[in-house]
Amino acid sequence: MNIYTRRKVVNVFNLGASVCTTLFGLFFLFWLLWVLFAQGFTHLNWDLFTLDMPGPGAEAGGLRNAIVGSLMLTAVGVLIGAPLGVLAGIYLAEFGRYAWISHPVRFINDVLLSAPSIVIGVFVYEVMVVPMGNFSGWSGGVALAIIVIPVVVRTTEDMMRLVPDTLREAAAALGAPQWRVVTSVVLRAALSGVMTGILLAIARIAGETAPLLFTALNNQFFTLNMDKPMANLPVTIFNFAMGPYDNWHDLAWAGSLLITLTVLTLNILTRIFLRPKQ
Amino acid sequence: MTASESINSTSSERATPGIGINVTQALAGEHKGSTGQVAGVEDITDPKIAIKGLDFYYGRFHALHDISLRIPKQQVTAFIGPSGCGKSTLLRTFNRIYDLYPGQRATGEILLDGRNILERGEDLNLLRAKVGMVFQKPTPFPMSIYDNIAYGVRLYERLSKGDMDARVEWALRKSALWDEVKDILRQSGKALSGGQQQRLCIARAVAVKPEVLLLDEPASALDPISTLKIEELVAELKDSYTIAIVTHNMQQAARVSDYTAFMYLGKLIEFNATETLFTNPASKQTEDYITGRFG
Repeated sequence: MNIYTRRKVVNVFNLGASVCTTLFGLFFLFWLLWVLFAQGFTHLNWDLFTLDMPGPGAEAGGLRNAIVGSLMLTAVGVLIGAPLGVLAGIYLAEFGRYAWISHPVRFINDVLLSAPSIVIGVFVYEVMVVPMGNFSGWSGGVALAIIVIPVVVRTTEDMMRLVPDTLREAAAALGAPQWRVVTSVVLRAALSGVMTGILLAIARIAGETAPLLFTALNNQFFTLNMDKPMANLPVTIFNFAMGPYDNWHDLAWAGSLLITLTVLTLNILTRIFLRPKQ
Repeated sequence: MTASESINSTSSERATPGIGINVTQALAGEHKGSTGQVAGVEDITDPKIAIKGLDFYYGRFHALHDISLRIPKQQVTAFIGPSGCGKSTLLRTFNRIYDLYPGQRATGEILLDGRNILERGEDLNLLRAKVGMVFQKPTPFPMSIYDNIAYGVRLYERLSKGDMDARVEWALRKSALWDEVKDILRQSGKALSGGQQQRLCIARAVAVKPEVLLLDEPASALDPISTLKIEELVAELKDSYTIAIVTHNMQQAARVSDYTAFMYLGKLIEFNATETLFTNPASKQTEDYITGRFG
């Protein structure tokens, strides 16, 4: 076998292997989506969005309170976490780029990034729920914010570092002070990446269950009061899937499909954001 | 003692075998009664920038050795020399842009209109507003063509809409870009071609009305036609600005500059009127470089 034929054989083998592994991964992804659709799609109806959770044995019911609760918890988590994360990321990439403090901060952030979310739940339980005396929406939002922060810090720093130094030099060479270089040139150049990081963080917390178990808990009734336990989709799915009633199971499937579609949409949105502009 | 030290010292010892080039011999005659300047350019009596005994370090690396020269007002001064000779490094000291990075430092004096800009406490933002710079690669900001120009102006001036429009047009006309972009001022600066982007960067630098314009190989990434446009621009701009240009291209230096400095291995080998330097170089090394025998 001459060297050319051998190279071709190796090429075919490697190409085949990588196609097979890709298909293997995609197979499970589509299987999951298929099961979710098959089980949940028929229960995606108007009642899901307009009726609250059915009590034990009740016939009609939806997930309105859980959907609204999840939206509120996610909003609080992002509104607290994203600004903190973006500011910290900017510090690491720009102002503190050469500061000694940046190294430990980066390291701790990476640890936080991979911290099990249940640990975060327990932590917030200890520092918020116990002192306040009850489970609450606010503590759930804070727990989610703690998950958002490291994700956003990391993506913000990475995206700002992708902006070439020549651009910073060009702005500085016009006499721009550093904060103006950062806000009006670097951040602007990295904006789509930073937004993507925030969207990914939203996708990440949309399905988090563990941190909410100890904080927002759950609530069978509709409430907008963040001082009280709050309904949310992930914990509801958990409870309903374990429950004894068929209509609870159906709602759990529908809720699962709903979360999955939301995350899918967010991921597609990030793709659109990151697409190079004409 | 290395060859470099002997070049720049005021004594007149002979060459030492060092880096293997007989600079010292070539320059020995040039050197008598020297004030530290390698080649005397006596008619520069009122320089815009006067550099005295400048050394520059990247961390521990000693990149510039005892540079002294005077850059004349409203003239074009070109810096030539092989890659890594320190010409860009030297240019980057004139607006202290190197200060963005830790570990880079300069010692000696750089007098801008008689004031030493290397002093502590120098306001770097004001300095850079006075000493504009254009880089090798075009660096349009991620904003519209109009805002690219207005960005620097807004930093130090509050202009009405009409005045700003006029300033943007003026800068774009100065950099010979107006006719090409006047109908697309709201489009992104990144959508322009490379040559247009570079002229946009020149317009941006010109718009803040600096006193000095530093051009760091402004045409090296451009095609011949864009290069020609940039060169014409330089010739035109020197009426109003003191220009220092770093270039790889000796023909370009010969075409656009009034004075030329030849640098090698972090030292200033020769500085003279461009015509003299190219037709009658004092240093053997300069001659070798401009005739293409090395570099």
